[in-house]
Amino acid sequence: MSQSLRPYLQCVRSSLTAALSLSNFASQASERHNVPEIEAASSPEVILNPLTVSRNENERVYIEPSINSVRISINIKQADEIEHILVHKFTRFLTQRAESFYIMRRKPVKGYDISFLVTNFHTEEMLKHKLVDFIIQFMEEVDKEISEMKLFLNARARFVAESFLTPFD
Amino acid sequence: MVAPEVHHLFHHPIADHSFSADRQTLAVARENNVDLYAKSGSGFKLQDELTGHDKTVTGVDIAPRSGKIVTCSQDRNAYVWEPSPQGWKPTLVLLRINRAATCVRWAPSETKFAVGSGARLIPVCYFEEEDNWWVSKHIKKPIRSTVTCVAWHPNSVLLAAGSTDGHARVLSSFVKGVDERPEASAWGERLPFNTVCGEFLNNTAGWVHSVAFSPSGNALAFASHDSTLTVVYPGGPDQPPNAILSISTQVLPFMSIVWSNESEIIAAGYNCEAYRLQGSEQGWQLAGSLESKGRPGLTEQREESALNMFRQMDLKGKSGTDDTKLKTVHQNTINTIRSFQESGSDVTKISSTGVDGRVVIWSL
Repeated sequence: MSQSLRPYLQCVRSSLTAALSLSNFASQASERHNVPEIEAASSPEVILNPLTVSRNENERVYIEPSINSVRISINIKQADEIEHILVHKFTRFLTQRAESFYIMRRKPVKGYDISFLVTNFHTEEMLKHKLVDFIIQFMEEVDKEISEMKLFLNARARFVAESFLTPFD
Repeated sequence: MVAPEVHHLFHHPIADHSFSADRQTLAVARENNVDLYAKSGSGFKLQDELTGHDKTVTGVDIAPRSGKIVTCSQDRNAYVWEPSPQGWKPTLVLLRINRAATCVRWAPSETKFAVGSGARLIPVCYFEEEDNWWVSKHIKKPIRSTVTCVAWHPNSVLLAAGSTDGHARVLSSFVKGVDERPEASAWGERLPFNTVCGEFLNNTAGWVHSVAFSPSGNALAFASHDSTLTVVYPGGPDQPPNAILSISTQVLPFMSIVWSNESEIIAAGYNCEAYRLQGSEQGWQLAGSLESKGRPGLTEQREESALNMFRQMDLKGKSGTDDTKLKTVHQNTINTIRSFQESGSDVTKISSTGVDGRVVIWSL
């Protein structure tokens, strides 16, 4: 792990641990409803100030806590055009299968590549520190995954170009 | 230090719990029902189930002397359950609220109870003999958001309420014909219904999770979401309070507090363990955790064998120790702590329940 990545992830980890202090809270706007307050945004007093943790202009995490839910949005590093396309395809693949990931949001928050929505029902069912671990691990792995895909793509492009140009040799 | 008594009931969150006065019956709120457990040997056995609510039950309280159980739920209703030869008989309470009920507590006199609600009001309920039902009177005035917790003063007239607007309030719930005129206390002299005796806010106005009066009723403590605990000492009727002491801590917020005596508060919450706070009107401080970290029940870090390491890698795809289990007794947030046993005016044992479905009894 590089030197600047460690404090970045450590900061995200402690911010998330604090933000995931969630309790069961029934809606005070509509009768017999219990909805994530950060999504409904109907009572301003139960929403906390959002927080951005940023490593550089491309890599940042946006944490929006509320009394019974937290929305976490991640901007994945995109250095060039190819990475931009790869990130788009990769996040699209994941969000289309959002149900299988429990805490994934079907649509990312505007300006971010991927969003998670953790509610009090998730922290009741699952271990809180493991949820934090999952998000941290996701952030660690996704960069690796994207650069791996980029290398693979370049290798493949070179091979294709070579075999295409062999007859003209 | 005596090791805590741990009972793992089920794998569901326990929103609230209450022991009967003889400590043989335990009522826990589990999803839409209230489960009654009876003490058998060293454990607890499921005895009865109180079904009737159709949304998550948020509060349950057993009256120590009469044995009546009051429950409330997010379906906007509250029931009073009385024992009868055919089992527990529910009576619907006319709460007249249109949002979820969040918490319920019997007054020490057991003639009234207060229900916190998301409708920004507190119904104070009492039994009306002529009509043979439980009716409610609403405390409405200064409340601006969901009431998250209520607590009674020993005189059964004053009521403390915490709410998500960040205020802890002391209100009068005097009902003519039900209560006797209370003696003048530090909180006020004349106390008609809905008198606001005090309204307290801490520095950041975090949501109040729990309020509690000290055993004498002459101090009020409340815990809020900014990880602080605030203790208020009133200065007499129509006077500013003598002292408002705010203790900020480095732990995650407290969800529930209980006074063990006039100079000690036990608080527990998102850190999954209970903490001891000590002090007086001069100042308060965090005195440490209730858990001794080297408990005998805790498996100490073993020397990692090569076989074990490869087995871990094979089964779970990772090496290293298994860090799934927390080092605390509770494995998730503690929702409620209550006094379990008292000697004189001091609490000697407390019970705690949490999201992990465990009931733990601690000796202080």
